[in-house]
Amino acid sequence: MSVFFGAHNIISPLGYTSRENFEALVNGKSALQKHSFSFSEKPFFCSKINEAELDKRFSWLANPKEYTHLEKLCTLSVKDIVTQSGIDLRDKNNLLILSTTKGNIDILENKYPDISPQRAYLPELAKTVGDFFKTKNAPLVVSNACISGLLAIIIAKRFIENKNYKNIIVCGADLVSEFTLSGFKSFNAMSDEACKPFDKNRTGINLGEAAASILLSEDKLSNISILSGASANDANHISGPSRTGDGLYQSVSETFKAAGKNTVDFISAHGTATDYNDEMESVAFSRAGLSTIPLNSLKGYYGHTLGAAGVLESIIAIQSLSENTLIKSLGFETPGTVEPLNVITQTKKTELKSCLKTASGFGGCNAAALFEKI
Amino acid sequence: MPQLYLKKYKLENFIVTYCKIKNKSVSLNGELFFEGSQNDDLTAFLGRLYKKTELNYPKFFKMDKLCKLGILATELVIRNTPDFGTFSKNEIALVYSNNASSLESDRTHANAIADKQNYFPSPSVFVYTLPNIVLGEIAIKHKITGENAFFVSEHFDAELMYSYTNILLKTKNAASVLCGWVNVDGPNAEAFVYCVKNLNFKQENGLDEYPDQKTHNSKNIQHLYSL
Repeated sequence: MSVFFGAHNIISPLGYTSRENFEALVNGKSALQKHSFSFSEKPFFCSKINEAELDKRFSWLANPKEYTHLEKLCTLSVKDIVTQSGIDLRDKNNLLILSTTKGNIDILENKYPDISPQRAYLPELAKTVGDFFKTKNAPLVVSNACISGLLAIIIAKRFIENKNYKNIIVCGADLVSEFTLSGFKSFNAMSDEACKPFDKNRTGINLGEAAASILLSEDKLSNISILSGASANDANHISGPSRTGDGLYQSVSETFKAAGKNTVDFISAHGTATDYNDEMESVAFSRAGLSTIPLNSLKGYYGHTLGAAGVLESIIAIQSLSENTLIKSLGFETPGTVEPLNVITQTKKTELKSCLKTASGFGGCNAAALFEKI
Repeated sequence: MPQLYLKKYKLENFIVTYCKIKNKSVSLNGELFFEGSQNDDLTAFLGRLYKKTELNYPKFFKMDKLCKLGILATELVIRNTPDFGTFSKNEIALVYSNNASSLESDRTHANAIADKQNYFPSPSVFVYTLPNIVLGEIAIKHKITGENAFFVSEHFDAELMYSYTNILLKTKNAASVLCGWVNVDGPNAEAFVYCVKNLNFKQENGLDEYPDQKTHNSKNIQHLYSL
């Protein structure tokens, strides 16, 4: 049985709809900028959503003072899906899945004196968003590091296929906070400049803030479907990727096997721009015989949006399929991975039918999924 | 012929082993395995349980409390699942969940960056600020490379755990699934880990190697969790 994609939305500094975001990418615009923070002498290169603009838009829905930054992002993003599709989350056949790594982590930074600290618990965040839409089913929370978003899409597909639900909205969202900035900095994983995925001179990640939502359905809401998906663990290291790319390779080969395919038109990779991650991906793709397939990472536009990344990048990939447009991998100039990759250096129109989306994360987790246009 | 086959054999998913840790008491397949002292704090209790299980795994001492709890409960389940060693490691899925995500380590990291005069974010703390790190630790310890999923829900959700596990087995994305609820929030800790396997067995013989097996359904899961 096929599971189809329907309405989608991206909220980022590049816009409040997926259309605006896709057009910004086609025009080579990046959301990454230098941002100053009170806790740091040096600014950080990251992508952050303007609070005043967000409040202005959110005030059409509810009182911005009663919601956290992340709750406003999630609610606005899901609201766009509900408006576009007419999906009623009060129906028992419909489910909301929230994908996030850190949720309302800024509550621990005492940012909201008037909001209950209980909302730092992910189920409370999900309930707050769910209550806005009066969801019949308690929203499901997936928190699986940087594969959360893609894994949530795979889980949604499986639930629809198994007839647990007819329609599922997957919303991925994470903040840029002092919490994550200081943490990744302590790992020496942060780049002082705009990140350069897969480039020889890559110097680490940038963090990004975003909310992205997409509808999956048993109904043929569009001509793009998710054929298959899989996850796998490296069983190697909790914070370092496997040198042999085992988990990613296994995810990719299981995904192809389940779809009965062995190749694809392009790859939307994870590409965080750390030394080890990009190296690992090149090894895994080479093992899977995909070295020559056009590939991009969108981290050069958005930074790493953590729990939102898999959803956001899947939505861009789906628009690439429908617009027959390969998006260039921003920040890439000189090849610099142990195994060769065919990194997209120019945004261009070309006939596209299928896409492999991958993600990898802390805890040794990896995921892959195949999208196809019929 | 197929009719005869169906009568003689039964293909079903079973909960073959289960472990519960609550109020410093540890039970395995419903029987008391270890009782900690009520005077011990959570770290001391986990240390005593580590000794009792004779784990001998130095990495344990680097872990946060959530991972220690998850590693111990999962170890007991794996050890008491008779033919676990014969399972294909890439066909074992890990499906875990909890309520507090990694909030315990989140608070430690948040405290380390709260005071600007005393600012010490540490990578060895930060790495534990994701709930699925416990899946990574379990995968490393037992070389398990199958599917992963970490859910966060208000309470232990037997229906969710049942449905998703069942899908993984039905679609052959897994041949067996280690399921768990591993929650640490302040002084409170609770773990319920169990192994689900698809067993093809002769009905007349029963399941001799798994004397404690229960049919895998949400009612049985909820019942074993509540014990």
